[in-house]
Amino acid sequence: MPNSDRKPLLLDFEKPLAELDARISQIRELAEENDVDVTDQICQLESRATQLRQEIFGSLTPAQRLQVARHPRRPSTLDYVQAITDDWIELHGDRSTGNDDLALVGGLARLEGRPVMILGHQKGRDTKDNIRRNFGMASPGGYRKAMRLMEHANRFGMPIVTFIDTCGANPGAEAERLGQGEAIAYNLREMFRLEVPILCTVIGEGGSGGALGIGVGDRLLMFEHSVYMVASPEACAAILWRDAGKAPQAAEALKITATDLLQLGLVDQILPEPVGGAHSNPLQTAATLKQALLDNLAVLTQMTRQQLKEERYQKFRKMGVYTQLAG
Amino acid sequence: MSLFDWFANRRKSNSQVTEPQEREIADGLWTKCPSCGVLTYTKDLQSNQMVCLDCGHHLRIYADERVQQLIDPGSWLPLDENLAPTDPLGFRDRKAYHDRIRETQDKTGLIDAVQTGLGKLDGLPIGLGVMDFRFMGGSMGSVVGEKLTRMIERSTRERLPVVIVCASGGARMQEGMLSLMQMAKISAALERHRATHLLYMPVLTHPTTGGVTASFAMLGDVILAEPKATIGFAGRRVVEQTLREKLPDDFQTSEYLLNHGFVDAIVPRTQLKKTLAQLIRLHQPYAPTPLTTHAHGVYGGSTTSSVNGFTHVLEQTEHLPDGLPLRLSAEES
Ligand SMILES: [Zn+2]
Repeated sequence: MPNSDRKPLLLDFEKPLAELDARISQIRELAEENDVDVTDQICQLESRATQLRQEIFGSLTPAQRLQVARHPRRPSTLDYVQAITDDWIELHGDRSTGNDDLALVGGLARLEGRPVMILGHQKGRDTKDNIRRNFGMASPGGYRKAMRLMEHANRFGMPIVTFIDTCGANPGAEAERLGQGEAIAYNLREMFRLEVPILCTVIGEGGSGGALGIGVGDRLLMFEHSVYMVASPEACAAILWRDAGKAPQAAEALKITATDLLQLGLVDQILPEPVGGAHSNPLQTAATLKQALLDNLAVLTQMTRQQLKEERYQKFRKMGVYTQLAG
Repeated sequence: MSLFDWFANRRKSNSQVTEPQEREIADGLWTKCPSCGVLTYTKDLQSNQMVCLDCGHHLRIYADERVQQLIDPGSWLPLDENLAPTDPLGFRDRKAYHDRIRETQDKTGLIDAVQTGLGKLDGLPIGLGVMDFRFMGGSMGSVVGEKLTRMIERSTRERLPVVIVCASGGARMQEGMLSLMQMAKISAALERHRATHLLYMPVLTHPTTGGVTASFAMLGDVILAEPKATIGFAGRRVVEQTLREKLPDDFQTSEYLLNHGFVDAIVPRTQLKKTLAQLIRLHQPYAPTPLTTHAHGVYGGSTTSSVNGFTHVLEQTEHLPDGLPLRLSAEES
């Protein structure tokens, strides 16, 4: 889990909270030095802080949610793996491109006794790690590794659990040369062929095709402050508004939040985060995730292979909004 | 985030910038080739399927022209012609999506960016989808997704090979995540088509990028491309940002993809119908005796079905429903 006692990284809208927290500890220190009883005052301030935290995190704008989703301390795939599995062994390589993509990790795990295949995008924990992991932007080799591991799960009858957390697929020259489009496309089609449960969760940032490449499943869960988008608001603003500064408006217009996507029928379930976001209490967040995975797996593992495939097909078949003109 | 932003930026601006460049005077008496600049009598150009007689440049063509070029006269049955876009997100940038749709419809006479239907290609019944770059850069929203999915599903039911002519800047941002999900929806329909051993051949034309490349454009059993088309996932400008060195001149062209193993063949437009017919025939069962003889009685069902006035010969002998090889039925007869 991200280490929470290091210097906190503050988002703009968290500043009033931090100021209040600082004032509380200041008063406490002063009171101790001067031996004054300030319990009532502290109590008042603390309840004010709790209230403020709830207010702020209860009414985040889409652009603010995006900041929470991209928070450098936000728990990542491997953080959750560590927190929720009893047993884990990472598997590497797609057996074809000649290297292992660290931006998309996967492996065998045990979830409350049940063997599962876990896959997910992996952002770095610091600058050095981010460079190794290409900021969570997977290459064709990553998507092909994911497919290889999903085939493995299919062969051995294991449910597949995927964690989505990427700003998009790697747009580099090497990725193009190795067929980034083909690698994602292949996964989209083949995930409809698999006969084991597939459970996808957006844990942070769901960036376009790079997210969808491991996002075709029987259920799509989203954390409360995670986002899923067809294009980043920055890019969208630059293109449609011709002004990157309009990113907050684009974030609003694109409907990227879990609530929006639930309303559009694209997401099945929203997982609540602690007040203050996943990074404020990673262990509690992980517990929420684990319970949701277990609940959904309990249902999905009761279904026949045919049922799973048919319902997965119908789930996506329904997506889209259009009208029929008269005549 | 800047890489991804640039990528998306490029992807879209690509479509918006190149759109007005070509065919500005297409309906004039003379047409100027955007590649070599030579003026050609438009009728001559049209009779050469809008391929420049001088330099061989493939000018952009509209979906209806493509249908005419590929489908035998009188055999075209358009599907879902009245399926129209709505504005599910209430999206507004500098202009409301709602207005943008209406303006584009008025300007182009199209309802959205794809035409689908059934028809005969050199006598061979197929399901066909043709994207039209004129309509918001061929971007893929709910209507494109739904029309292609319905056409593929119908082709699966009627056991027809599918051809999709791609031309798209990618997903339609104004429909948000609904657009992205069309990639999965179409891929799902292609999976079922494939599972019944039917042939799917995308034809990649200029440009085929973004979400279309990352879904049905790259899922062909055989993938064809027009010469010198731009084909890629990320836009060239964002790719350039990730590198210090210069990209090869042919980067993200049909020729580049052929050399890197992602396209089966580059086919000039004037050879496309012939090549598609050749490929479809090569996937028909080897039948020294007439097809209907050994098909009869083996599967019971009728071998023809009438679709709005023209008859599709259902290629029931081509593949058994459960995927058994044809040989079994031949032995039986
Ligand atoms: Zn020319």
